[in-house]
Amino acid sequence: MILARVAGTVVCSSRKDGVRGPTFLLVRQCSTRGEAKGEWTVALDGVGAGAGEVVIVSQGPSARQTQATHQKPIDALVCGIVDLVDERGATVFRKG
Amino acid sequence: MLLARVTGTVVATSKEPRIEGIKLLVLEKVDPATMEGRKDYVVAMDAVGAGPGEIVIYVAGSSSRLTAVTEGKPSDATIIGIVDAVELDGVVAWKKGAA
Repeated sequence: MILARVAGTVVCSSRKDGVRGPTFLLVRQCSTRGEAKGEWTVALDGVGAGAGEVVIVSQGPSARQTQATHQKPIDALVCGIVDLVDERGATVFRKG
Repeated sequence: MLLARVTGTVVATSKEPRIEGIKLLVLEKVDPATMEGRKDYVVAMDAVGAGPGEIVIYVAGSSSRLTAVTEGKPSDATIIGIVDAVELDGVVAWKKGAA
């Protein structure tokens, strides 16, 4: 999984992913401190994440290992909202 | 999934029988912050009926074979959605037909 920051949403009325409901989030890979400087990805929202939040994104076939995405054409899934990141004993990121 | 712009079509008369009848499109990946092309191209199978100039979402790898169009086909990139709008930091950064 990667750490990423939610930058926005992608509105898509014509879609063939077969997943009902969940939105596509535009996320950008970030450091453990939450600085978004990496690659952009469109990921399906599996947890109800919002703009600005740091999330965990599961990529590749692993993104299909949930009930909502099983056997669906999804290769990136937001599967967690990060509250806190500890690095070498020190808190480097805290939500809010 | 990644955002890309449809820049063209691919015609191939000689191809693997299983991909006959499937539309192949040329996509240029875009930078979501500017929606400009990144000069990075990929050929994708079309599962939604996208056309030139449209911004699309495409899925890569084994997940790209899980649409009705590409099931059991040798695809590693499939268009699964046509983008209407992109919202960044709470504002609509891009809207179909506006630019």
